[in-house]
Amino acid sequence: MTKIPLQFRHNGRNVAIFVDGGTNLLVALRELIGDMTPKFGCGQGGCGTCSVLVDGELHLSCLTLAETVAGRSVETLDGMKQGPNLHPLQRAFADNFAAQCGYCTPGMLMAAKALLDRNPAPSRTDVIEAISGNICRCTGYEPIINAILAAAGGRASA
Amino acid sequence: MTRHRGRGMASINYPIGMNLGGDPSQALVHSNPSGKFTVALSSIDLGQGMKSVTRQICAETLGVPVEDVYVDTADSDTGPHCMGSFASRGTHRVGNAVMAAAREARGVMMEAAAEELEVNVADLETDGRGNIHVKGAPHRSISTKDVAIAAQFKQGKTISGRGIFLVPLSDVDPETGEMSPATCYAHACLVAEVEVDDETGEVAMVRMDSAYELGRALNPRLVEQQLVGGAWMGVSHALYETPEPYYPDPVHGPRDFVEYLMPGPGDICPHDIAVLERPAPDGPFGGKGPGEMCANPVLPAVANAIFNAVGVRIDDLPITPEKVLRAIKAQGGARPQARR
Repeated sequence: MTKIPLQFRHNGRNVAIFVDGGTNLLVALRELIGDMTPKFGCGQGGCGTCSVLVDGELHLSCLTLAETVAGRSVETLDGMKQGPNLHPLQRAFADNFAAQCGYCTPGMLMAAKALLDRNPAPSRTDVIEAISGNICRCTGYEPIINAILAAAGGRASA
Repeated sequence: MTRHRGRGMASINYPIGMNLGGDPSQALVHSNPSGKFTVALSSIDLGQGMKSVTRQICAETLGVPVEDVYVDTADSDTGPHCMGSFASRGTHRVGNAVMAAAREARGVMMEAAAEELEVNVADLETDGRGNIHVKGAPHRSISTKDVAIAAQFKQGKTISGRGIFLVPLSDVDPETGEMSPATCYAHACLVAEVEVDDETGEVAMVRMDSAYELGRALNPRLVEQQLVGGAWMGVSHALYETPEPYYPDPVHGPRDFVEYLMPGPGDICPHDIAVLERPAPDGPFGGKGPGEMCANPVLPAVANAIFNAVGVRIDDLPITPEKVLRAIKAQGGARPQARR
């Protein structure tokens, strides 16, 4: 099969790869770029753990054709921390014990970032709505919701 | 349409581990020349925190900082034998094995330190920060790293320990059948409050209050996480999850996360938990284990709460809106019971 050349921004860096037609963004990120932070959960858009931001908007990378991000900006959890400093959301997740087994955490953090980037002071209902596409099989939603609210609160007061 | 509130409770006793074949688990502990310790286990951490808890148990027993202990659960082909991560047995069985292994390793470490400091081993103690010193004379001290280097390159000793925990198989009284299937039990009581819609049959969780007695909570935040998350697995079992309609025939059943109902962030309710600590005599540092019991009391409590709300007794899981609605119709309408 002919390989398709693909260029996009990955966490602020330009990347150029060759993909097969039909390759999804999750496979491109994990196998071709080596960014393992988006997780493979169900592979059909049901669990949310592969969530990434494309031009700031939340996308399920397992359902996104890699070719469609040509020239666009893709953010993953790998690009969330700023140098040695954790992002306020990552800090709040740690402080609030919001990760249990941890498999949903990358997707939860990306969904939370998408929310706070467009709504810096969300209500509890906004937070629930924002992560409603993400499944936590440890069912630890309460600390996750609290962590996102804490991150928003910390940001507002800072 | 009316929404009826109801409250139900359930209490459980939960045995820790099983007693079929003694339920053994093994652990091996050894130091590296860096003075850091490795715990080798075949017990798998599924996210419940066994790595953290066994790390704490090992560090506490050795008398070294928790950062100096690494837990390797990589491979059940090459690791020491473990029965597995189930039956709420991890903290208790594996924890006891780790404790025994760490105790043996500590003995060798202290002997090696005594040789280096030229003192009697009985006069030494650890400070929990990576040093071993003479009791009452903290300046006569050696770091665990230097002890490990001396053991490896000078004394020719391995600082290591073996541990196994095995419950003696209980005898069965031939007359009465009486036996002791478990060495310790954890206990819990949970009160669930629900709201039942008598037009749709839908059940919404309003709040949960629970009390758990599970020995000493070796890592209180992990215990809390397990109890909060596990209670929602119980709710999910009570109200949502099923391979219906033709179970065990999988035809038309759910095949993936999209079709298999599980609670989402919008379904949760406040849950207040009291953890009562009554250390178990045969548990590692008194720990029993929250394990599966975090889900168990929820199912009967929710079924009781639904009865309290609308007077229907559903004894078939999950308690779907359809079942609730059919039962309400069969008795000619909702019959709220007395509030308790």
